[in-house]
Amino acid sequence: MLLIADIEKRFEGRLRVEASIRIPYGPSTTILFGPSGAGKTTVLRCIAGLEKLNAGRIVFDGKDWANVGPQRRPIGFLFQDYALFPHLRVSENIGYAAKHSAESVKTIASMLKVDDVLNQWPAELSGGQQQRVALARVLARKPRLLLLDEPLSALDAAMRDHVRSELAHLLRTLGIPAIVVTHDWVDALTLGDQMLVMSSGRVLQVGPPQEVFTRPQHPEVAAAVGVETVVTGRIRRREGGIALLDVGSAQLVAADPGGEESDFYVCVRGEDVTLEKGRAEQSSARNHLRGTVLQIAIAGVLTKVTIDAGFELVALVTRQAAADLELSKGAEIFAVFKASAVHLIPKAHA
Amino acid sequence: MNWEALITTLELASVTSVILMVIALPLSYWFAFSEWRWKFLLEAVVALPLVLPPTVLGFYVLIALGPQSPLGRFGLAFTFNGLVLASVLYSLPFAVQPIAAAFGAVERKYIEASWMLGVSNFETFFRVIVPQSWSGVLTGFVLSFAHTLGEFGVVLMVGGNIPGVTRTLSIDIYDQVQGLNYASAAVTSATLLIISFVILSIVYGLNRKVWFFAADRRHREAV
Repeated sequence: MLLIADIEKRFEGRLRVEASIRIPYGPSTTILFGPSGAGKTTVLRCIAGLEKLNAGRIVFDGKDWANVGPQRRPIGFLFQDYALFPHLRVSENIGYAAKHSAESVKTIASMLKVDDVLNQWPAELSGGQQQRVALARVLARKPRLLLLDEPLSALDAAMRDHVRSELAHLLRTLGIPAIVVTHDWVDALTLGDQMLVMSSGRVLQVGPPQEVFTRPQHPEVAAAVGVETVVTGRIRRREGGIALLDVGSAQLVAADPGGEESDFYVCVRGEDVTLEKGRAEQSSARNHLRGTVLQIAIAGVLTKVTIDAGFELVALVTRQAAADLELSKGAEIFAVFKASAVHLIPKAHA
Repeated sequence: MNWEALITTLELASVTSVILMVIALPLSYWFAFSEWRWKFLLEAVVALPLVLPPTVLGFYVLIALGPQSPLGRFGLAFTFNGLVLASVLYSLPFAVQPIAAAFGAVERKYIEASWMLGVSNFETFFRVIVPQSWSGVLTGFVLSFAHTLGEFGVVLMVGGNIPGVTRTLSIDIYDQVQGLNYASAAVTSATLLIISFVILSIVYGLNRKVWFFAADRRHREAV
């Protein structure tokens, strides 16, 4: 293992974080996923040496880091809002780590496509440029492990999609193992090979993101991930901003995500799925799937209904609605949801 | 106008404020970042000159420099060097407080970012903390200079009133008034008033224009 981290961290009267993380040698991206306040950032800060452990150990490449200060850990830490030094120009920010020659700063800057803003101040850059400069600054130190704290949360929604796919591409090309903190399930599916779900300072589940999303082993995980259906699908046809997908033996209509990819994770939140007894004559929803009920389970105030509709689809309905529909195992039902309720995430890294 | 006293005064203020920078930078760093629980006691000690009558401070310094004390053998009483020592103590809070406040206002993420790029605490101090506290450091320097210009009680107690050595402008004004030489006192007073006003204007002017505060604010708004 490249990194063995058994972390126990207490804060006066507040959260207590107890988490174990293993990062194997070789390129892989591990997602630390969970709601804010779950202790994700604390885990990163402990690994970086910015917080002292109350108990536990951090062993990196066979070396115990108990007495190794943050400066001597070969870690690239990307702060949530990037923490670019406002009193230094972009080139000075990138070259800050060591006495870098102007040449090597340029090489890293051009790799991250920020070579045209080297003489500007951080405040003059867009959010996406700031993120790339911060990454360039981190990579200039030649880290052996990247820690990215909510790398996309400082960006507005339009920018986020673009930067996310850039980041996914970069993480794959760099070949440096990374731990990425996020509370966004799209980030988790796009970037992650492995995922740890945290809540209230504890790791609840570990596994590949798609598996964790579809098979949460804990009610808290299900609440934290918030997406009940994650299946793979392939676009068969695109026309007029609409994509027609093959998912299992069913066909779905979704908003065309653009781009060239054809293989996607197809994600549907349980709340977005409506159940009907018969097929409605007219509806604005584009997806009407005939299926049979596989499983009915109570989920808090809601009822979670798993349907075989050519793939496993989960609907969340109120208990009253479940009673009115006289749901039972094996019953035939129509699942209805809008094309816009189908989220497509490129499956490029699989 | 007593030019000799003006030169003595400027010399005293310059030497004092330079020495104060050497002391105040590390001391302010410690005040801003130490988590020692009894730190407040030392903060109170440094702030004492703000409230003590200068004669009290001067009295203790004089005793400390006197022949009976261990420092006595350096023969500092009634000398320029003795005066510098007293002035450093007297103006210490004027240097430390703005600098410590500026250091404390540097966002922790910048310091941590520097550490995470492999840069030592010492280097981080000069490459991140001081540049971002530039206006506070300048304010501390100028305020200690200006405050030393105007001191009276401590100078009188520790320096005596030796022309060309320890007679400063403020003492000179007192002498002239005692000798009913109002015209001369008026000129000297006006000189001190103008010098002080110009210095303080520079401080406030620079604080208003410091570019990186504006840049950082833009940065935060952008984020």
